[in-house]
Amino acid sequence: MLANLTSSERQNALILAGGVTLVGAVMAIMGRSDVLGVHGVIVMLFGGVVSWMVMASFYGPEPAEDRAASYYDDPIKVGIALAMAWAVFGMFMGVWVAAQLAWPDLAFDAAWSSFGRLRPTHTSGVIFGFGGNALIATSFHVVQRTSRARLAGQVSPWFVLLGFNLFCVLAISGYLLGVTQSKEYAEAEWYADLWLVIVWVTYFMLYIATIARRKEPHIYVANWYFMAFILVVAILHIVNNLAIPVSWGHAKSYTIWPGVQDAMVQWWYGHNAVAFFLTAGFLGMLYYYLPVRAQRPIFSYRLSILSFWGITFFYMWAGSHHLHYTALPHWVQTLGMTFSVMLLVPSWASAGNALLTLNGAWHRVRDDATLRFMMAAAVFYGLSTFEGSFMAIRPVNSLSHYTDWTVGHVHAGALGWVALITFGSLYTLVPSLWKREGMYSATLVEVHFWLAIAGTLIYVFAMWNSGIIQGLMWRTYTEEGSLAYSFLDSLVAMYPYYIARAFGGLLFLIGAVIGCYNMWMTVRAAPLAATRAADAPVLPAAVPGE
Amino acid sequence: MPELFHRKLERSAIGFVIAIIAAASVGGIVEIAPLFTIDETVEEAPDMRLYTPLELAGRNIYIREGCYACHSQMIRTLRDEVERYGPYSLAVESQYDRPMLWGSKRTGPDLARVGGKYSDFWHVAHLTNPRDVVPESNMPAYRWLARNALRTDDLPQHLAAQKALGVPYTDEMIENAARDAYGQATPDTEFASGVTERYGEATQVSAFDGVTTQVTEMDALVAYLQILGRLTDAAYRDTAATEQPPDPED
Repeated sequence: MLANLTSSERQNALILAGGVTLVGAVMAIMGRSDVLGVHGVIVMLFGGVVSWMVMASFYGPEPAEDRAASYYDDPIKVGIALAMAWAVFGMFMGVWVAAQLAWPDLAFDAAWSSFGRLRPTHTSGVIFGFGGNALIATSFHVVQRTSRARLAGQVSPWFVLLGFNLFCVLAISGYLLGVTQSKEYAEAEWYADLWLVIVWVTYFMLYIATIARRKEPHIYVANWYFMAFILVVAILHIVNNLAIPVSWGHAKSYTIWPGVQDAMVQWWYGHNAVAFFLTAGFLGMLYYYLPVRAQRPIFSYRLSILSFWGITFFYMWAGSHHLHYTALPHWVQTLGMTFSVMLLVPSWASAGNALLTLNGAWHRVRDDATLRFMMAAAVFYGLSTFEGSFMAIRPVNSLSHYTDWTVGHVHAGALGWVALITFGSLYTLVPSLWKREGMYSATLVEVHFWLAIAGTLIYVFAMWNSGIIQGLMWRTYTEEGSLAYSFLDSLVAMYPYYIARAFGGLLFLIGAVIGCYNMWMTVRAAPLAATRAADAPVLPAAVPGE
Repeated sequence: MPELFHRKLERSAIGFVIAIIAAASVGGIVEIAPLFTIDETVEEAPDMRLYTPLELAGRNIYIREGCYACHSQMIRTLRDEVERYGPYSLAVESQYDRPMLWGSKRTGPDLARVGGKYSDFWHVAHLTNPRDVVPESNMPAYRWLARNALRTDDLPQHLAAQKALGVPYTDEMIENAARDAYGQATPDTEFASGVTERYGEATQVSAFDGVTTQVTEMDALVAYLQILGRLTDAAYRDTAATEQPPDPED
């Protein structure tokens, strides 16, 4: 892991890891009468383990002089492993909480395992653990290849990757301990949020510095999306998480945003976490790995421009559609609805651009499950963005809001789009990174594909059914003009769908486990690629698109 | 020739970064900033009282346990919601809520006006095991709440943090926060009278979980659930609601 670092860089790494350990010690002392102390100990352990790993190979041989003549792939490899580990963890938590809705005793009467505490471990586990690590790893890969330049740092990529995972560990262990801000998808408390700001600013500096080194005159479209992802997520994260802690020794903080303003800030954040974390970053993946795998250039450069700026501008207005018919002023709701509908244009421009890129490569889609993952992802992207615009229309939202329909919609996007594009990209990336001929087993990729599709469809259909039934039961009147169903009637009607949903999620989880095994075996046992085109920054490499 | 311009933009990393920030900033600024400047955004409610320290602690338990993941606290302006849950929610009702707990999903019913609808005893039984009172329920059981003593020593710090953000707690309230939390859950002690003095005669002082020897997390959570929707009568006054506000004596 450290073979690529010079001794002075190893010193810097050790100072950083030691610094983190020290901060952990301070947190442990300041928060000794609070759960903050537990987190202090976790930070200490994390910093200590990293320090120990740096020291273990501190006096290893110096790297070869011509580092700049090769790409820096070590952090990418670790990032992929972490992404897959988080995927299994996050999806397992998802199946567990889904099962708890059908069988509530699966909480086993403990505080840490009750639904309310486990639910954010699922959402943060898959969004930040799985999605975030996959984004960091692929963005490091894409930016180097499309810029034909090595990453502009040796220690900083490790700092970004490991620092981000420390944030994930603090967030998720916090939920189990009862530490949460309750802001959806921003539950982590103030100290974890501050840490993420430091990590994220480093990530941005590293990314921009690498792009500044590029040997291509133009910045490739995938990098536009990765830049938008890094920048806007920073803005969203900082604004939404502004808070003052109860004291320096407390994990608990109070947000500076009160009531209605907090609702608007929260859903401005929440919806754009979907837009810039779960869409922009993954479109960056799509714009690189799909053309590479299909061996076709991107269909249209103009469509890329249209969809990029459309998404960057329109999405930031759309958050208020989460607050239709609430105490949020009507004019803000109307703006949110309008921009949500307009969003369909850039969204479908992206989905169409991806699918039209496959023209001339459909035989590969048929034969190659990896490319099919990406094709299916583009289809689900198109479907769920259509559904999203539809659900943002106020009268539709009156039925869908507060119901499982929203949950189904989110998972059509998260499973069908985000996870499928990630698996497709990783199945492309893993053999190339470890210089293998291909994945260990093409059959297992095929099995994973069908498990993922079946799981997604079962999940989404179950939630569509339950959501629409719920919404209709809540608003059904008897002929005498009174409400026809009690709330409990609607809950009882949900049970079959909650069981079906857990089953769909289980299929998806099994697929991810198979994917892990396949990747592991690819690294361990797949034959080395006999002849592979040189993959180095100094040589001209084919950049897809343009 | 917009395309030519974009080709130029693609050659400058800094230019691209600035363009992204500019494009992405407009929506948030236009939608969020006016919420602080337009007066009609939050209605007037002079009768509105603050959360007592015990209720605030209960609210923090509600947050800690993730209750908001399944229960909304926002009745929408729809006929069926008003008939099912009561007058639609006003912005002023959550003006002191940091964070707001409007929620996004109703696996369970809305709780915006649950205060006073059930007895303390019902809440304790329900939280201890929901299926004892509602056999079809899929809500988790929260038995440990009645076993856990409530941490009250840091409540003055909590109130002070709220005050720093603009919630009008007085110095007296902050100073007495721990005593008031104890007093609200132990009606027969000398500490009980201070609660009603500081937070109003209508404040519910009660042995919420039925045990007065110890103030537990159950006491705090039930105290919070019982105040939901009852901080102000504004929703019953300025709307078309036919319902009467709940009687504090109930």
